[in-house]
Amino acid sequence: MADPISYWPLLGVGVVVAGFAMRRNPVLVVVTAGVVSGLASGKPVPELLALLGGAFVENRLLLLLLLTFPVIGLLERHGLRERARAWIGGFRGLTLARFLTTYLGLRQLLGMVGLTQVAGHVQTVRPLVAPMSEAAAARSLAPKGDDEVAPPQLRDDEKHDVRAMAAATDNVGLFFGEDVFIAFGAVLLIQGFYARNGIELEPLSIALWALPTAIFAFAIHATRLWLMQRRMRRARAATEVKRAEG
Amino acid sequence: MLKVEHLYLVVGAFLLATAWMNLRARRASMAAFWAILALPFLAGDAILAALAAGRAWPAQAMGVGVLALGVLAARNPLRPSTDSIEIVAAREHSAATLGNRLFLPALAIPALTLVLYFGGRHVAIGGTTLLDAKAVTLTALGLASLVALAIALRTTRATPLAAIGEGRRLLDALGWAVMLPMVLATLGSVFAATGVGDAIAAIASAVIPVDNRMACLLAFALGMVGFTMIMGNAFAAFPVMMAGIGLPLLVHRHGADPAILGAIGMLTGYCGTLLTPMAANFNIVPAVLLELPDPYGVIRKQVATALALMVVNVGLMAVLVFR
Repeated sequence: MADPISYWPLLGVGVVVAGFAMRRNPVLVVVTAGVVSGLASGKPVPELLALLGGAFVENRLLLLLLLTFPVIGLLERHGLRERARAWIGGFRGLTLARFLTTYLGLRQLLGMVGLTQVAGHVQTVRPLVAPMSEAAAARSLAPKGDDEVAPPQLRDDEKHDVRAMAAATDNVGLFFGEDVFIAFGAVLLIQGFYARNGIELEPLSIALWALPTAIFAFAIHATRLWLMQRRMRRARAATEVKRAEG
Repeated sequence: MLKVEHLYLVVGAFLLATAWMNLRARRASMAAFWAILALPFLAGDAILAALAAGRAWPAQAMGVGVLALGVLAARNPLRPSTDSIEIVAAREHSAATLGNRLFLPALAIPALTLVLYFGGRHVAIGGTTLLDAKAVTLTALGLASLVALAIALRTTRATPLAAIGEGRRLLDALGWAVMLPMVLATLGSVFAATGVGDAIAAIASAVIPVDNRMACLLAFALGMVGFTMIMGNAFAAFPVMMAGIGLPLLVHRHGADPAILGAIGMLTGYCGTLLTPMAANFNIVPAVLLELPDPYGVIRKQVATALALMVVNVGLMAVLVFR
């Protein structure tokens, strides 16, 4: 190698780790890290500013998602989340684990055919999947065999748990489905890297090797969903016994 | 043809409208935040064109804007919005009257994205295709959202202005979290330009016992997870770890199968994505969107899945790559 490697830019990584550990505002932490890393590498200020600005503009594709905000906001204002909750609450025998496992599988299959933008936190999780999960969780906690009684209300901590799991399930389904799709960026990135280094590979041969992990991801996360539901039921049963005794 | 640039202009206009509404509500620093964020969407092409032509000042001005966004983000902490009893009652009432008709526009977004994704590339008007070939899914999503908005306006009989107001409510609730992915991607570019990746790869290859193939494999896997957590993105970690460990040590020295190593190695990095606040759009944004009290609430739910999958991936690679 011609240049000796400079370790000073690693200061930027230190800023990121320290900033997140101290729970400072993430945007400020990230911007500071960029400035520190740039200055530590000896870049002059005007060049660093142009680098920051140019890179910021180049990454604006990430915010195209904002186009969904007016329609989602409008529908929410007119009761979309309430309706989603009521609709799912009407299905007897639908439990939290069954509902989220179905969503996980669906999300993986959609990702495998390249449809990653079809679902997501703004498009589906907040308006539909999270309220539906809450309704399914309430139904899972209802006494067995008694469909006439209205399902119990979720406590706040239970609601937060269920919502966080809904978002986590969306992530797991997305990450471990999309890689099986041959036109997906990751597969092309891998193929491109090898091609530049003199190793020619077919995209399909890379994509197929993502299948074993995809299957394990489904099995592991589905098991965790089932465990979560069992834990919630037991916690409920424990508090009810306490209440009956007290 | 619908270019992604056209959709950028719509996003920019929406951000400006949000800034204007905040200004009228006397929230000046929030207004400034959204106004600066509108710049890359309204003037992005001009900035990049000037930079390519050797005029750096518009990009430098944007760089100053990025610094300002950092300061303004810290000055506008997220405030959970609580709806008044009247609004909650109005929502319940409208949910009861509109019923399942509310699902139509919501499901139109994914359904139309799907149709446009498959159909859009075949529809050509005057020799040009309907969607931008550079970003088919995202232009499909953008177009689908606009059509869904039209359907939603019909269903709810609301005015377009009301829709922008509701979009603004959502945008204000998300606050700085909405643009965190964009600054993180920017940081990735800065790290790449300043040689952070090379430095980490140099350290990694200096400390591992190169003759032991399992040690190399473990270093590669843990490096993928760790570096993905730092960068927030497995795409950034992959070339670094491949160039540092994967290619010279595993493929060339120990004869690992490149296709399997690449595919499962990338997925090992994804386990890191599940664990880091740096992957903001997956881990922090939903925590804000779902009004969780803990910003790391989504990550906490992912830890067990991520660690179990990491072990599975290392096992799969150990069995499959050295055949």
